[in-house]
Amino acid sequence: MLSEWVGVLLFLIGGLLVGGGGILTSYLIHPRRYQGQKFEPYECGVDTIGPTWVQFKTSYFLYALLFVIFDVETIYLYPWAVRFQSLGLFAFIEMIIFIFILIVGLWYAWKEGALEWK
Amino acid sequence: MGENIFTGIAAGLRTILAGAGVPPLASEFIVMLVKLVAVIVFVSLNVIWLVYMERKVCAYIQCRIGPNRVGPKGLLQTVADVVKLLAKEIIIPRRVDKVVYLAAPILVFVPPMMAFAVIPWGEGMAPIDLNIGVFYVLAVASLSTIIFWMGGWSSNNKYSLVGGMRVVAQMVSYELPLVLSLLGVIMLTGTLSITEIVNAQRGTWFIFAQPLAFLIYFIAGVSEVNRTPFDLVEGESEIIAGPYTEYSGMGYAMYMLAEYGSMMVISCMCTIMFLGGWLAPFGWTFLPSWFWFFIKVYAMIFIFMWIRWTYPRIRVDQLMAFGWKVLVPLSLANIFVTGVGMYIYRAIGW
Repeated sequence: MLSEWVGVLLFLIGGLLVGGGGILTSYLIHPRRYQGQKFEPYECGVDTIGPTWVQFKTSYFLYALLFVIFDVETIYLYPWAVRFQSLGLFAFIEMIIFIFILIVGLWYAWKEGALEWK
Repeated sequence: MGENIFTGIAAGLRTILAGAGVPPLASEFIVMLVKLVAVIVFVSLNVIWLVYMERKVCAYIQCRIGPNRVGPKGLLQTVADVVKLLAKEIIIPRRVDKVVYLAAPILVFVPPMMAFAVIPWGEGMAPIDLNIGVFYVLAVASLSTIIFWMGGWSSNNKYSLVGGMRVVAQMVSYELPLVLSLLGVIMLTGTLSITEIVNAQRGTWFIFAQPLAFLIYFIAGVSEVNRTPFDLVEGESEIIAGPYTEYSGMGYAMYMLAEYGSMMVISCMCTIMFLGGWLAPFGWTFLPSWFWFFIKVYAMIFIFMWIRWTYPRIRVDQLMAFGWKVLVPLSLANIFVTGVGMYIYRAIGW
């Protein structure tokens, strides 16, 4: 039905209005005083050294990669869970195989040390 | 008593609009707008009240009194704070990525607000009754990761960068157990519609059928809203305020209010999936359904606050190890046990 997703769109706009309204109101009434030091990045009172936008710790990247793999699998699990009762033994066996594959994947990541924080 | 106040208002509004000769499509649109405004007002008031409640709960846990000057019992403290922040200068530091930096606090309220669109506040009181409600809430709620990351990266500040990295790592890691733990409930009900899941709990609440799933969901939920013991994201004593370090005035206020909004979403989902939603316990129907929902949500929120002011913060390696090595295997095991249990249950034919 059309109106359901129009409602979702309305709530999206509503969320934007709450955030945007607050910022806009503040923007219209806030004081503006120029004072050079104020616009430096905050760093406990000393000037920041070197660039900030750098390539960062790879551990974070490994977790992100693992998440992408597992999240896709989770999406496949949802339709299966919905139909689980009506599919009977077939779904049951399928579930064991699928979860076994997931566990093997997790075990492999674990063994390779992807889950260790170094 | 009072059961039909809100549904009555909606029905009355529809009748008036039909009587005034408004075409059905336009009248649906107007009713939806009224619902939107009602949800925005309700959520904003609640979020402001929650900041006050947090300070009071914290104070009493630490044997203090807490805010008690502005308004009766200090009730207007947060209102005063928000008005103060509204009049503060929005500082845009020199080297930030301006567009992204300003977009983040504007967008931050969108995920919780969109999630509230399908929350049933009482019997028949869901603003939109989607047939894939649970999936929709999970999908929308996961968007907030990106918004925190936008704030952290665009600030061009080292603390913000570390905070942003931690946000992504933490929210992404705990999203898996969060999503997997709800699968047990969906297997039991065979539907993704929030209304049907609540109705399926008329016999027993799913906290009794799926206690492990409830625990996993709760722990992952605490982590998703970045609260102690999982508040590495903003850990004040190490990285100032994480992604919010550079934000001042209303930008900061938006982040903070949105945090409480997300906490409400997690509590609402917990209530719906495990605590029977708007259903009255023990058949105590003398209170209206929306009031029961409210009580349950606030009980959950109180437990969130209680935990926050009781436990210390954990380390980042402990956080990751706990998420991936304990919660994910446990939630997979929960799905497996639920499946086997349901199959045996049916094979025996109790």
